[in-house]
Amino acid sequence: MNNLEIVKAGLNKRYAKERRFKFYGIFSISLSLLFLFFLLFDIGAKSIPAFTQTYINLDIEFDKKSMKLQDQDSYSEEALFSASYSNLGRNALYKLFPEVTERKQKKALRQMLSSGARYDLRDVALKNKNYVGTTQNLWVIAGDDIDAFVKGLIDRNIPESDRRVKDYQVEWVDTLEAQNKIERRFNINFFTSGDSREPEQAGILGALKGSFYTMLVTLLLSFPIAVSAAIYLEEFAPKNNWWIDLIEININNLAAVPSIVFGILGLAVYINLFGVPRSAPLVGGLVLTLMTLPTIIISTRAALKSVPPSIREAALSIGASKMQVITHHVLPLAMPGILTGSIIGMAQALGETAPLLMIGMVAFVADIPQSILDPATVLPVQVFIWSDSPERGFIALTSAAIVTLLVFLFFMNLIAIVLRKKFETRW
Amino acid sequence: MEISDNMDLDQEISKTVGSPLLESKVRIACRDVNVFYNKNVQAIFNINLDIGKNQILAMIGPSGCGKSTLLRCFNRMNDTIEDCVVDGLIELDGENIHSKKIDPVVLRANVGMVFQKPNPFPKSIYDNVAYGPRLHGLTQNNSELDDIVEESLTKAGLWKETKDRLNKPGTGLSGGQQQRLCIARAIAVKPEVILMDEPTSALDPIATATIEELMSELKSAYTIVIVTHSMQQAARISDRTAYFHLGRLVEVDETGHIFTNPNHSLTENYITGRFG
Repeated sequence: MNNLEIVKAGLNKRYAKERRFKFYGIFSISLSLLFLFFLLFDIGAKSIPAFTQTYINLDIEFDKKSMKLQDQDSYSEEALFSASYSNLGRNALYKLFPEVTERKQKKALRQMLSSGARYDLRDVALKNKNYVGTTQNLWVIAGDDIDAFVKGLIDRNIPESDRRVKDYQVEWVDTLEAQNKIERRFNINFFTSGDSREPEQAGILGALKGSFYTMLVTLLLSFPIAVSAAIYLEEFAPKNNWWIDLIEININNLAAVPSIVFGILGLAVYINLFGVPRSAPLVGGLVLTLMTLPTIIISTRAALKSVPPSIREAALSIGASKMQVITHHVLPLAMPGILTGSIIGMAQALGETAPLLMIGMVAFVADIPQSILDPATVLPVQVFIWSDSPERGFIALTSAAIVTLLVFLFFMNLIAIVLRKKFETRW
Repeated sequence: MEISDNMDLDQEISKTVGSPLLESKVRIACRDVNVFYNKNVQAIFNINLDIGKNQILAMIGPSGCGKSTLLRCFNRMNDTIEDCVVDGLIELDGENIHSKKIDPVVLRANVGMVFQKPNPFPKSIYDNVAYGPRLHGLTQNNSELDDIVEESLTKAGLWKETKDRLNKPGTGLSGGQQQRLCIARAIAVKPEVILMDEPTSALDPIATATIEELMSELKSAYTIVIVTHSMQQAARISDRTAYFHLGRLVEVDETGHIFTNPNHSLTENYITGRFG
């Protein structure tokens, strides 16, 4: 055999190897895509019920007696705020179903409405002061069991003893449905309120703002600190110096420290030593900054290293100082790489739960945070809290919170990609 | 010829080195220059050499002979290399460039450099040339800057080709044009000396010819030191030629003299192509 024949003989084997490798690649990509679609579909489908909410149409009589208001022509905001609204909804229901007289059944009838309905009615009264003393046709939020039943999450065919909705409640719902007095509407609550113990009242806005503030603190602290640390280590620090080597080893190790350890550190240092308010986005951001720093430092150093030395030499040879070489040439060229590293670090921080549990961001916070010092929770912790809650409505809410988290992440990445495109230099 | 011992080489060189020192019109003067890498590796041994005003000095020699290292001493680019120590006296216009009075930034504004591989900034042609003047604040307003850019590009023989595309990236030019852009960038800050480290080794013959022509024109205003691997190039453009071997200056003299009547057999072997 001459050389050419030997080459030809081995050819099939080489191509077979190539085909096999290609197949492995396509197979693993399809598999991961399949899992991704399954995950997204599952979460998406489960979250749909959370975006609607059952409402019952009632003729609410704002009578002064039930509201425990003194008899006068007009009322101050304060008086209306402190008035009692808990009887208004139930009175309307009793009027709608006058045949219900038994104590137990009356209680079940009351539970058709959410316990949070009274706050909605209060808001209505505050907005329309002239309603007092009149009867108004309003849509009032239903309780979570009724909501689940209307959404079809509770099966009417299983025995009464096994279901959370009683037979007579089913009857009432049917009656209301026949009169078009019960319907599912878009759940605006989910986007406008904070957490609640009642699933029909619970919203994501508190966690969303908490995440936003926490990310803001994290970004504002970690980006400049990490980039300047990386610039110093890469451009200025003496090489072959044991002190610098020690710092480098520690930064690399820091990237591998379990995140909960940062939480304990945050608790011990920021909260106990420095007295930063607990549960606040400020302390959450500080803890996540510690976690994000090594990621950004390492990727920034890699980006700086990949800037060709010829560009540095060119700038130096014209008489640029070291700092000018960095700010005029090296940083702009490294910026896409730095942004990529930062977004990876930020995405990690956004999804982090464990360290935030340690600093009290797992507390039940119903108020929406207005600054980085207010108690707050963040999206992944909200997912954790809701997934742990027993009420049925929280299943959908958990999925909806995950969807919100993914959308938040998507927008964060989008901003980074747009910025990266802007900084990218054509060679 | 085989070199048995470097001591022998040093002795031989002292007899054959020719005329390294000039009597007048000296721009750069080197006295006993030694360069070390990593403290114990010596790259350059006892160089004594003068470079005259408005002259082109060509430095030739086989790879690794230290000519680029010496070139980078003249604008202190070796400072940027960790563990590189330059020992001895280097003077520019009678002033020691290593003295504390001289800042490397000022020195480099005065001693421009063009590299082997064209290295324009990934910016527009205009910004490439304007970078130096902007950096040092050489202009008061934009029209002055425009003038400098036009003048530098004209001197570099690139104005006609680029005047309509000054805002296009400099990296979009051809290799020869890029190198001329780098020369324009270097002369935009009006240095006294231009160092060229194999400026045409990555270019085709036509681009090379353009740049050689350019160097002959620039000679009237600048002192040029060029490192080259092409003997023909050295013979064509330079006034004096220095031959280096193993970090030593073997021979330096008028170019015509070196190429017709070399003193040392190493030089002869190298220029006749038997060695190197």
